Amino acid sequence: MTALGKLIRTTTFKLTIVYLTVFSLFAAFLLGYFAWNTRRLFTQQINATVDAEVNGLAEQYRSGGIRRLVQVIESRSAQPGSSLYLVTTAAGEALAGNVGYLPMGTLEKPGWSETEYRRLDDPAGAHHALVRVFQLPGGFRMLVGRDLDDREKVHNIVISAGRWSVALVVVLGLAGGFFVTRRVLRRVDAMTETTRTIVEGDLSGRLFVAGTGDELDRLAENLNAMLERIEALMRGLQEVSDNIAHDLKTPLTRMRNRAEEALRAATSEADYRAALERTIEESDALMRTFNALLMIARAESGHAREDMADFDAAEVARGIAELYEPLAEEKGLDLKVEAPGPITVRGNRELVSQALSNLVDNAIKYAVPDGTEGTVAVTAGSEDSRVLLTVSDNGPGIAETDRPRVVERFVRLERSRSQPGSGLGLSLAAAVARLHAGELILTDNHPGLKAVIALPRGGPVQSSG
Amino acid sequence: MRLLIVEDDRDAADYLIKAFREVGHVAEHAADGEDGLALAEDGRYDVLVVDRMLPKRDGLSLISTLRTQGVETPALILSALGQVDDRIKGLRAGGDDYLPKPYSFAELLARVEVLARRRGGRSEETVYRVADLELDRMSREVRRGKEKILLQPREFRLLEYLMKHAGQVVTRTMLLENVWDYHFDPQTNVIDVHISRLRSKIDKGFSQPLLHTVRGAGYMIRDSAR
Repeated sequence: MTALGKLIRTTTFKLTIVYLTVFSLFAAFLLGYFAWNTRRLFTQQINATVDAEVNGLAEQYRSGGIRRLVQVIESRSAQPGSSLYLVTTAAGEALAGNVGYLPMGTLEKPGWSETEYRRLDDPAGAHHALVRVFQLPGGFRMLVGRDLDDREKVHNIVISAGRWSVALVVVLGLAGGFFVTRRVLRRVDAMTETTRTIVEGDLSGRLFVAGTGDELDRLAENLNAMLERIEALMRGLQEVSDNIAHDLKTPLTRMRNRAEEALRAATSEADYRAALERTIEESDALMRTFNALLMIARAESGHAREDMADFDAAEVARGIAELYEPLAEEKGLDLKVEAPGPITVRGNRELVSQALSNLVDNAIKYAVPDGTEGTVAVTAGSEDSRVLLTVSDNGPGIAETDRPRVVERFVRLERSRSQPGSGLGLSLAAAVARLHAGELILTDNHPGLKAVIALPRGGPVQSSG
Repeated sequence: MRLLIVEDDRDAADYLIKAFREVGHVAEHAADGEDGLALAEDGRYDVLVVDRMLPKRDGLSLISTLRTQGVETPALILSALGQVDDRIKGLRAGGDDYLPKPYSFAELLARVEVLARRRGGRSEETVYRVADLELDRMSREVRRGKEKILLQPREFRLLEYLMKHAGQVVTRTMLLENVWDYHFDPQTNVIDVHISRLRSKIDKGFSQPLLHTVRGAGYMIRDSAR
């Protein structure tokens, strides 16, 4: 495509052409209207002048007869810039006036007409005039008229001015259109170029923002924000796949090693059986991890929003606490529950239960009863328009700098690597909170960790977009 | 027990048929929804194991068609989807149980056996007895021999479910679903702790243990003397 062809195809240029056409038509109409009106005004003025003269001359004739009329006309004709006069007998013989030539028959028609004529003092120049023929008593005829040259001159000036201005509008409009389009096109081309490099894999590229705050800038800013998000998601995905590779590879390798070892070294049926049983346990743990991953993916996709209903958050807190109470007791921990209900909230009861169970599970897992009384507290309460499900422990807690990280999938802090678990508990809780348009808040419990699932009472508001 | 397995994955079906036969059940196979429907209409089976996604006719439609025809054979739905709402859809279509893939055969077997026995089950009885353990569902009293045992409400429901399926393996997931009504997987085996608590109440101090752990599968209440 040639540069010109490309230019012509742009939206800006097409718009320029449309505006130009509309504007030119409008200008032409305006000038045409102006020309027609001036012409009409001239004609009216001529009519009025001629009528006044005819009346005046008729008066002279009535009072002083033909002699007087001829006298008056002679003297008026001699004045510069005078009107046109002609008085004839009934036979057509000229008695007085300054008109030298008229087309045949002009004097036979009384009333208004436009006609060609020559002046007596300028027999060579043909002119146009608007004349009125008047029949006088006694068979005389009188013609009074005005030259139309002035009217034509003004008319011609208006028409040519109109032509020029329309031409000027078109030329300037086209030039402006080209200029504006070229400017816009340059910026769009630059954006296209940047986008292409991004598409080719360089996700760190960003569109240029001119800083003028115009619509192209806003577009660039929004696209940059989108790229930012995509890059973050890609980075997340990369991390997740790295982590999946790591966290699934380890148990898979362990499983394989165990099977190999059994083949090589097992001597009795009991040995084989033990190896197989351990393999099944390992694969169960793997399935668990997979299920947790699927659950997170599902919560993050927002599908589960479809089946939300009102449920009692206090009952969920009590239920989960009851489920974990024996486990806590076995570990020498005191599990307290404080959930005066009902606290109605809209959401997915099953997922919220699971999220809360993960938090309680973590709290029990990481709380270290080192002589002092270990406590895990589960509470359900409400604050303004939010329902808060809180799990707090007095274990080692999580350092503030680590808190944003632990919510990510598979992240387990170094000291917890020895603990069983998929490392997905907090991620799932966070995903469930996000699904409900709420959040997972991790704060310091002085000492220990306080994890809060904060959910909007009315559930997520369905976004209109 | 006669089973019909409706599953389009040949390998998975072969494995199931073989595994069911090894534990003494008769398993037949249909590879698509239409065949499955034709076979199941006879009602000669004790349990149907139906994959959710099948060629020709999907699993949910197969089951709901059977139910409208008055065939009440218990049906277990297998699904790769395995989400809460899928489970609800499956049960709404007339399925009796739902198991997401991947599953363990022990889990499937336990569930199928419970389903097969449900029809002639003991849900009508008001008193469950296993050896000298006695659970009265009306008065909510539990006795072992002459001794009265005090249980928490949840422990009572746990024991009630186990005794209702006495002699059958009950998996942890089944307990979580039926006793607690949770359909997710707690990362830790919390159920084990509840069981050991219950065990300490009903078995401790008695020579014959009744609550047994079945390795790799779950738990079972059984009169081991018989």
